[in-house]
Amino acid sequence: MVKYISKRLLYMIVSLLIIITATFFLMRIAPGNPFTSEKKLPPEIEANLNEHYGLDKPWYVQYGDYLVRIVQWDFGPSFKYESRTVNDLINDGFPVSLTLGLEAILFAVAVGIVLGVIAALRHNKWQDYTAMIIAVFGISVPSFIMATFLQYIFAIKLGLFPVARWETFSHTVLPALALGATPMAFIARLTRSSMLEVLSNDYIKTAKAKGLSRGAMIMKHTIRNALLPVVSYMGPLAAGIITGSFVIEKIFGIPGLGSHFVLSISNRDYTVIMGVTVFYSILLLVSILLVDIAYGLIDPRIKLAGGKKGE
Amino acid sequence: MQQISKEKFQIVGVKASDAEKISKPSLSFWKDVFIRFRKNKLAMFGIVLLIILVFMAIFGPYMTKFDYASNDLMNTNKPPSSTHWFGTDDLGRDMFARTWQGARISLFIGIMAALIDFFIGVAWGGIAGYKGGRVDEIMMRIADILYGVPYLLLVILLMVVLGANLTTMIIAMTITGWINMARIVRGEVLSLKNQEYVLAARTLGASVSRIMGRHLIPNAMGSILVTMTLTIPSAIFTESFLSFLGLGLTPPLASWGTMANDGLASIQYYPWRLFFPAVLIALTIFAFNVIGDGLRDALDPRLRNKE
Amino acid sequence: MDKILEVKDLKVSFQVYGGEVQAVRGVSFDLFKGETLAVVGESGSGKSVLNQTVMKLIPMPPGKITGGQILFHGEDIVKKTDKEMEKIRGKEISMIFQDPMTSLNPTMKVGHQITEVLLKHQNMSSHQAKERAVELLRLVGIPMPEKRINQYPHEFSGGMRQRAMIAIALAANPSLLIADEPTTALDVTIQAQILELMKDLQKKMDTSIIFITHDLGVVANVADRVAVMYAGQIVEIGTVDEIFYDPRHPYTWGLLASMPSLDSSHEEELTAIPGTPPDLTHPPKGDAFAARNKYALAIDFEEEPPLFQVSETHFAKTWLLHPDAPKVEPPEAVKRRMRKLSSTFEKPILVKEGN
Repeated sequence: MVKYISKRLLYMIVSLLIIITATFFLMRIAPGNPFTSEKKLPPEIEANLNEHYGLDKPWYVQYGDYLVRIVQWDFGPSFKYESRTVNDLINDGFPVSLTLGLEAILFAVAVGIVLGVIAALRHNKWQDYTAMIIAVFGISVPSFIMATFLQYIFAIKLGLFPVARWETFSHTVLPALALGATPMAFIARLTRSSMLEVLSNDYIKTAKAKGLSRGAMIMKHTIRNALLPVVSYMGPLAAGIITGSFVIEKIFGIPGLGSHFVLSISNRDYTVIMGVTVFYSILLLVSILLVDIAYGLIDPRIKLAGGKKGE
Repeated sequence: MQQISKEKFQIVGVKASDAEKISKPSLSFWKDVFIRFRKNKLAMFGIVLLIILVFMAIFGPYMTKFDYASNDLMNTNKPPSSTHWFGTDDLGRDMFARTWQGARISLFIGIMAALIDFFIGVAWGGIAGYKGGRVDEIMMRIADILYGVPYLLLVILLMVVLGANLTTMIIAMTITGWINMARIVRGEVLSLKNQEYVLAARTLGASVSRIMGRHLIPNAMGSILVTMTLTIPSAIFTESFLSFLGLGLTPPLASWGTMANDGLASIQYYPWRLFFPAVLIALTIFAFNVIGDGLRDALDPRLRNKE
Repeated sequence: MDKILEVKDLKVSFQVYGGEVQAVRGVSFDLFKGETLAVVGESGSGKSVLNQTVMKLIPMPPGKITGGQILFHGEDIVKKTDKEMEKIRGKEISMIFQDPMTSLNPTMKVGHQITEVLLKHQNMSSHQAKERAVELLRLVGIPMPEKRINQYPHEFSGGMRQRAMIAIALAANPSLLIADEPTTALDVTIQAQILELMKDLQKKMDTSIIFITHDLGVVANVADRVAVMYAGQIVEIGTVDEIFYDPRHPYTWGLLASMPSLDSSHEEELTAIPGTPPDLTHPPKGDAFAARNKYALAIDFEEEPPLFQVSETHFAKTWLLHPDAPKVEPPEAVKRRMRKLSSTFEKPILVKEGN
């Protein structure tokens, strides 16, 4: 267990190092970046950058300082706005994004599992087809299209929900639905196929041969085992929610970290792009690691030895 | 007891032809897959949809007298009509021509991404799986670590730095996109290479490239095909996603993503400007997804036995 | 002896793409209390379907019982609803499957998988059930059962898993145990242990066993009577002695001749049965075995053979027993083993016309 986690931790750190290094050097070759010499920056910002990156020092010193600062949880200043730092943006926007993300995850997991279970238990019946058409629809319609249509129909045309902004719970409904729709569809399909797989196993026949009722058989022997793959989907789910939030927050005018990130992209605010990317990467890699560890704890077959299903 | 004539009790023995006769016509693997695929109504619908989309992408821009890039400032933001079938945009460009021009670009990006993933992935995964041992270990460690890099974040970063055009977009998408294919190919090769017929080919002195080309890759082709079919919609999605973030292609070039992004700003007043590209993005992704699913179901022998 | 199971003219088919597979085509047999009946045949002969039908475990649809009766203690199982079957499964009839690797739930502790049956059928408190589970594991020969009940199946070896399966199957003292190739997936040495265990427990609990297998060596070891199945029908049924020492059906001959034995001399060759079993979507006309039978008569290709009775307990379904049929010599390997059994009738009696 300890061995497995430390191995995974090591991988994670290497991946992270690649991302940090890549962002650092990519930003240096970007046209109009803060590290080029012929820049015309307002003096205050230049002072900020100089203090943070030491622009007059050689690149390897800059790189080393940059790494140290990230370990200290300092993601640097903005290249465009004098009084802002990436940490400000994160403290300001991330709680909003987190709320939205959790709502979307809750929706995706709850509805996805229910749809998937129903579809599997009614395999090749109309319930199955309906659930799978919903799922194919959810997968095929990108979240930003879903978002604009939801907004157009339920907010602009029908007036059932607020069009934009982030104030009350009802402001969160449409964005969370739009953000959760695609993962919901994936979870529904995953649950369905894994339920069908489990249902075809011999031990289900054993359960039936024991005289268990259909309900007991499904609850005790099927769903638990069928949900294991869904747990391992939580990592990609987190990634989907984070990237999805960029566009969803933009469309609904939500002041989350995603909006800040998108804004920094259109402003070419390189240092913010760099800092937020690194922050998101840490967030993602840590959540994927946590999911994997959780998976190992839930599934007794995995002893977290080599990360493989072992005998 | 009924009377039965004596000669009926002659021993006739095994009729060799009968004993070995197989009553069910035997089908080659791909023929079987094809039959199963054809039974899948959703997948067939996807094929029809795709044929229409490709047809329109090729011929659509020539069906109207308007050019996709020429402005007409007298006719801006016109709703769909008999002259402008899909309406016009804020510069008075014909949406019908632009939409199908955009189809070319979106499909091109999807197909290129799938092809590049295919070549890198098959080579990488094939070598890792076939060589095994240390080589495999090192190659797959590299893939694992790259796989840990969040895909869309990296793509965004690259697009910011490299600037948006067709080439950079495809490079950004494939820079870690091939890993999925490599893993799948490696898995297949690993499980296939110890099968008796491959061992047999090896004992007969077949060369590595022959074994790969004749035995391993063809047998892994099913999974490869499914992965490719599912790469295309994901690339189309990524393209439109990037356009939405303002990292898309620059005018006058039009992709569905940039058109949808342009349309978004004015959705309250000119909803058709979003409607056509958005619906086409969704339809295309839908078509590829159901074809991919249909292929996977048709290829999965376990499913074949179950029904 | 009490008859506990009576199967009468049972027919089961499956609706599949391309038609209807007639997996079981008119099977009749009886089972007595405390007796072991072996059902032998090639894969696809319908032996597993037949026995899963007795517990109504075949998936319906696509499976369907198209005719016949299954009388268990005089009550027809075919007519029972799923709810009624729950009271029979596990309690009256239980089943052991072929592969102990897959027939236990991998994510549930072994103890829990045993207590589940007890809680369902025996009105026990969970504490009592746990004690009983320990007792059962000890009974099936698993050392340190107190520790073992808290382990997962993957911590058990193959043989131990099959022992655990037997414990589950016998937990509620069923009157009938169906064992579907319970030793096929195990090592030969473990096979013998499991067979011994089953015989031992049968004696203690007076359970009837239907033992499905394709291994005639196992049959000789455990069975009182043997039913030979081919293409969804029982082609010969009799006591172990009758089947081994006085087989009458050419298919049984084929099976026996293809069975290696330690005492057979080197020169003696094993003979395989040519060809493959017929496609049961379109069962052949006449005798289903005719196409692979080197003793096939002309009539075998035209009419289904009737059932002949050879002794009080021995029946065979072949035209070779017809008074007009030529006398044929069984293969050498079978002939060597043949002996005169005292119970055999003077002449075979026709008991049932072929359909």
